[in-house]
Amino acid sequence: MTPSTAGADAKAKPLVLVSQPSDSGLTPVMEGQFRFVLAADADEATAAEARVLFVPGLRPVTADLIDRLPALELVAAISVGLDHVDLDACRRRGITVTNAGATFSVDIADYAVGLVVAVLRRVAAADAHLQRGRWVMDGDYPLATKVSGKRVGIVGLGSIGSLVARRLAAFGCPVAYHSRTRKPAPCPYTFFPTVRALAADSDVLVLACALTEETRRVVDREVMEALGAGGVLVNVGRGGLVDEPELVRCLREGVIGGAGLDVFENEPDVPAELLDMDNVVLSSHKAVATAESIRGVLDAVSGNLEAFFAGRPLLSPVSL
Amino acid sequence: MESLGVLLLHPLDTYLEQELDRRCRLLRLWDAPLDRRGEFLLAHASSIRAVVTGGGSGAGGDAALIDALPRLEIIACYAVGFDRVDLTRCRERGVRVTNTPGVLTDDVADLAVGLAIAALRRIPHADRYVRAGLWKANNGHYGLTTQFSGKRVGIIGLGRIGLAIAKRVEGFGCPVSYYQRTRQQQAYPNYTYLPTVVQLAADSDVLVVACSLNEQSHGIVSCELIEALGPRGVLVNVGRGEHVDQPELVAALAEGRLGGAGLDVFEAEPDVPEALMALDNVVLAPHMGSGTRETRKAMADLVLANLEAHALSKPLLTPVV
Repeated sequence: MTPSTAGADAKAKPLVLVSQPSDSGLTPVMEGQFRFVLAADADEATAAEARVLFVPGLRPVTADLIDRLPALELVAAISVGLDHVDLDACRRRGITVTNAGATFSVDIADYAVGLVVAVLRRVAAADAHLQRGRWVMDGDYPLATKVSGKRVGIVGLGSIGSLVARRLAAFGCPVAYHSRTRKPAPCPYTFFPTVRALAADSDVLVLACALTEETRRVVDREVMEALGAGGVLVNVGRGGLVDEPELVRCLREGVIGGAGLDVFENEPDVPAELLDMDNVVLSSHKAVATAESIRGVLDAVSGNLEAFFAGRPLLSPVSL
Repeated sequence: MESLGVLLLHPLDTYLEQELDRRCRLLRLWDAPLDRRGEFLLAHASSIRAVVTGGGSGAGGDAALIDALPRLEIIACYAVGFDRVDLTRCRERGVRVTNTPGVLTDDVADLAVGLAIAALRRIPHADRYVRAGLWKANNGHYGLTTQFSGKRVGIIGLGRIGLAIAKRVEGFGCPVSYYQRTRQQQAYPNYTYLPTVVQLAADSDVLVVACSLNEQSHGIVSCELIEALGPRGVLVNVGRGEHVDQPELVAALAEGRLGGAGLDVFEAEPDVPEALMALDNVVLAPHMGSGTRETRKAMADLVLANLEAHALSKPLLTPVV
């Protein structure tokens, strides 16, 4: 680690550039330890000095920005997904990237299960039915679909997917998965080599994988046709994993039976047609919005930053 | 059982009604206007040997009905709860009673856990938020909720449904405690028994009502219990509305003395207090604990099987009395 070029100011707080205005409330908390400067406001000297870029949101971190920071060594993101960061540029420059690691996994998994039950049992729609006075006027809500015993297919059996699997297995759901590589024994869940094959054998398809060039629009019409008219899609990954216009068509035409969606291709835009559907549950990308997750990611980010400036191993580096 | 005269008290399920019509001699109580029900019963009393009733609003089986039907032999409930049936009068008259346990256990447990997550993580609220266009308007600014996994779950009534709930929440790493009238001989090594329901509430983050409704459990969710559960506690009720002091529950939620609720049942269904509808930390369901196609068919088949067994003088499958 090179000594600070600030010379005699040995106790100066280390400089951390910030890629966007923070909507996470984290920078104020860490202001005691680090000197945060918004990248857009950084003068040439600051930009030349910056070794760390903190990414407190999901706005794109482009090659352009990265290349304006010649001393950059670390990109520290608060999210677990990194599809908004130009990882090729980081790889090219030998820049290390850290994410939220497994901090959010429990809350995302819980939310995914909550969405599965909410869609199949029409929890949100029935609540709305009741609140509009329909229970009184029209009688009981129409019969929904049983959750227990439904075949669950998980796309991505990483830290989130494996927690989803454990939870739904406790509901008596047989669990299968697709992942880049088959998990080593003893993995109790059935492996499928393609998402389409997984969908064909599933009643509920849960997306819990990262968005990469390989997984972009992995859920296409073919996959949805394989999932079938009684099938339900739950997405807590990224909107880009799904061909969204096709999803809307498939829901409209009854090609699939329903969906629980926390993420969309172009947030906060949600396809208007979905707003009238009873067989979908919509959510505003908040699967990680718990006090526990926010506390956890604060620890992860400050931990990574502290480790970096102290020359210690990072907590949650991602292999590029 | 073609000669079995069956009185269906209220519309329950199309499949059940069709089968009763096809296989028995079906009479529908609602064919008579409300003010002519007495006459209707009088006119048909000599042929009615069986009554089929549900478990929600409209459920019947009280002493007045039993007394009006001198040839009544069996009341078959399309529900697991039989709290509306006057069991004492049935015993006196030698009337058999059946319900539908087991077949709906999974559905009710699924919904109980689904309601707990929906309340804690505010899922219906998020859905309303998006549909109202507020996500776009506010561009992502929303409050934080609290994690479900690992929360202490307290279950009132560790019967079939209570056990199924316990098994599910264990998958989320939730420690489970319970209270019930009689401590089972069979101990559950993973679950902690608490000797009073108020202690259970004090020791729980999520409290689930999963017991049957009877004299002892009536109003079991009292002012004292709600206070013990507290401003961060969440109540889930998949039992009966009468388990809860509803006015107190509504006040506690409105004033923030109770942290949230997931409610499938109410005191006077289908009426639900307006005050509950304004709360983002409350999830309301129109008594749909067993409301899936799969389960309602299984329940209907069980009702029919019980009636058939009775008609053939065979042992009833799921007798209560």
